[in-house]
Amino acid sequence: MTHIQTSPGTLTPAAERNGPAAEAPPGGRERTGGRENLAGYLFMSPWIAGFLFLIAGPMVFSLYLSFTEYNLFDAPRWIGLRNFTDMFADPRWRQSVKVTSWYVLIGTPVKLAAALAVAVLLARKRWGQAFYRAAFYAPSLIGASVSAAIVWRALFSDGALVDRTQKVFGVEVGGWIGDPQMIIYALAALTVWQFGAPMVIFLAGLKQVPRELYEAAEVDGAGPWRRFFHITLPMISPVLFFNVLLETIHSFQIFGSAYIVSNGTCGPADATLVYTCYLYEQGFVNSRMGFASAMGWLLLVTVGLVTAVLFRSQKRWVHYEEGGR
Amino acid sequence: MSLLATAVRRRGPGALAWHLGALVLLAVVLYPVVWTIGASFKPSADIIGGPDLFPADPITDNYARLTEGIADIPISTFFLNSAYVAVGSVVGVVLSCSLTAYAFAKVRFAGRNVMFAVMIGTLLLPYHVLIIPQYVLFQKLELIDTFTPLLIGKYLATDAFFVFLMVQFMRGLPRELDEAARLDGCGHLRIYWSIVMPLCRPALITSAIFTFINAWNDFMGPLLYLNEPDKYTVSMGLKMFIDQDAVADYGGMIAMSLVALLPVLAFFLAFQRHLIDGMATSGLKG
Repeated sequence: MTHIQTSPGTLTPAAERNGPAAEAPPGGRERTGGRENLAGYLFMSPWIAGFLFLIAGPMVFSLYLSFTEYNLFDAPRWIGLRNFTDMFADPRWRQSVKVTSWYVLIGTPVKLAAALAVAVLLARKRWGQAFYRAAFYAPSLIGASVSAAIVWRALFSDGALVDRTQKVFGVEVGGWIGDPQMIIYALAALTVWQFGAPMVIFLAGLKQVPRELYEAAEVDGAGPWRRFFHITLPMISPVLFFNVLLETIHSFQIFGSAYIVSNGTCGPADATLVYTCYLYEQGFVNSRMGFASAMGWLLLVTVGLVTAVLFRSQKRWVHYEEGGR
Repeated sequence: MSLLATAVRRRGPGALAWHLGALVLLAVVLYPVVWTIGASFKPSADIIGGPDLFPADPITDNYARLTEGIADIPISTFFLNSAYVAVGSVVGVVLSCSLTAYAFAKVRFAGRNVMFAVMIGTLLLPYHVLIIPQYVLFQKLELIDTFTPLLIGKYLATDAFFVFLMVQFMRGLPRELDEAARLDGCGHLRIYWSIVMPLCRPALITSAIFTFINAWNDFMGPLLYLNEPDKYTVSMGLKMFIDQDAVADYGGMIAMSLVALLPVLAFFLAFQRHLIDGMATSGLKG
C-alpha cells in the first residue's frame, strides 16, 4: 500500500532493508570495500561538488553574512545581531511576513482542497478520465511562468473579466489588482489555479485504496460522507501529508508571480510584498546583503520548524499500512 | 454532445452528471488560456474591457508587431537564449542526477545513507537562503551576465527531486540484470551506461521535460544573473514589455505571452503521460 517517502529515516536504500544477503551476487562474492567505495565517490562526485560549493558552503557563508553589514564591494563589517533587531523593528519586514503567511494560509489549503475534491470526482473510472486529468494538470506547468502572471494581471484589472463578473452579482469592489485589500486574493487564485499537480498525486493515492473497503462500508449502510471521512481520508493520509508538506514549503518561496502581477512593485501599498520580494529588494536594490542573508536564514529556520511540526504531527493523523512503519 | 449521449446511454444519468460537472470545471480552469488566445487577436484597447471572448473581426497586428522585437532586440534572441539555457539544463540534469542516483541505488559505499539523508534534506531547503551567497560567489568569479550561474547547478546534481525520482526508479529495476552483468565482469560504468540508463528511460524523460519547463519558465535566475538585454531569456523579454509600455502595447504583450508558452504546451501535449505518471509516483512507493 501507499507508503510515502519523506523522512530520511524511512528512506534507507533498498539493499539495506533487504539485508546484506540480498546484496550478495549468487556466486557468493560480495562487492564491498575499497573499490566499491571509490566507484561510489566517483559517481557521486558531481553531487558532492554541488553540495559543497553551491549549497553547504553558501549556507555557512550566508550565516556569517547575516551578522554583518555587506554591500558586495566593501568588506563585510561585523555588527552582531543588528540585522535581526533591525528586521523585527522594520514595519515593511513585518508586512512581508504578514503577506507571506496570509498567502500560505489561504492559498495552500484552498489549493489542496480543490485538488482533493477534483481527484475524488475523477477517481471514478470513466471514459474520458485521462483527458480530464491531463487538462486539469496543464495549468500547473504554465502557472509559474511570467506569461500566466501577465494574463492574471489582465483578468483581474479594473473593468476586466473578474470585475465584470462580480458586478453581475452586484458586488462593486472594482479590479483586484489595484486594490491593496484584494490583490492578495488574485495572487492566491493563481496558486489555486495550479491545483492539478497535487491532484495527480491524490489520484494516484486514491487508486490504491482497496475497493472492498467501500463495498463493506456500503453494506454496513455508510453514506458517501462517512465513507469519505472514515475510509478515503485515512487511507490517503500519507499522500495528503506529502502534498501538505511540499505545497507549504513551495508557497513560502513565491516570487515571480507576485513580482509580475504587481508589475514589479510588490504593491499597491506593499500588499504583495511577499518575503522573497522584500529579500530581493533589500539585497539587490538596496545592496543590504547582510540584512537579506539574515532574512534568508530566518526563513530557513521557520520552514524547518514548520517541517518539523508537520513530521511530528504525522503520528496523529497519518496512517501507514503494514509494511510501512 | 453525442459523446455525452453515448455515455448516458451506457452508464445512466450518473455518468451525465459526472461529465457535466467535469466539463463545467474544465471550462473554468481553462478559461484563462482560451481568453489569452482570443485576446491575442484583439486590438490593444479592447483587451481589458472587451466583453467578447473572441473578437468579431480578429486582427493579426499583435503577432506582426512581435517581428519588430522589443527595444531593438529581435524576439528570436530571447527564444534562442531560453532554448540554450533549457537544453543545457536538460543535458546537465540527465547526466549528473543519473550518476548520483546510480551510486545511491546500486553502489554500496561508506557513507551512502548519510549522504542520502542529506540529499533528501536539500529537497526541502528553501532557495531563499542561497540567493545572496550564491550571487556573491558568482560575482566574485566574474560570472554575472553569463549563463553559467543558471546552468552550473544542473551539472552538479543540485536538483534533488530528480535524483530522488531516478533513485526510486533504479531501485525498481530487476536486480538479476546487473548481477548477471557483474558476473560477466562488467564494471559499474558499463552497468550504468549499458544497462541502467536504457532501462531508466521513463524516469529520464520525465526529469528532462520537467527540467526543460522549469528552466524555460524560470524568472528569478535570469532576473538576478542576466544584465544585458541581448542575453535575456523569454521571461526577461516579457518583463521588458511590462517595463516599456505597460498599457500602450497590451496586444503585443499578450501575443508574446502566448508564444512564450508554446514550447511548454508542445512538450505537454507530446509527453503528458510521462509527465503526469512521473509526477503521480513522486509521492508514492510501490
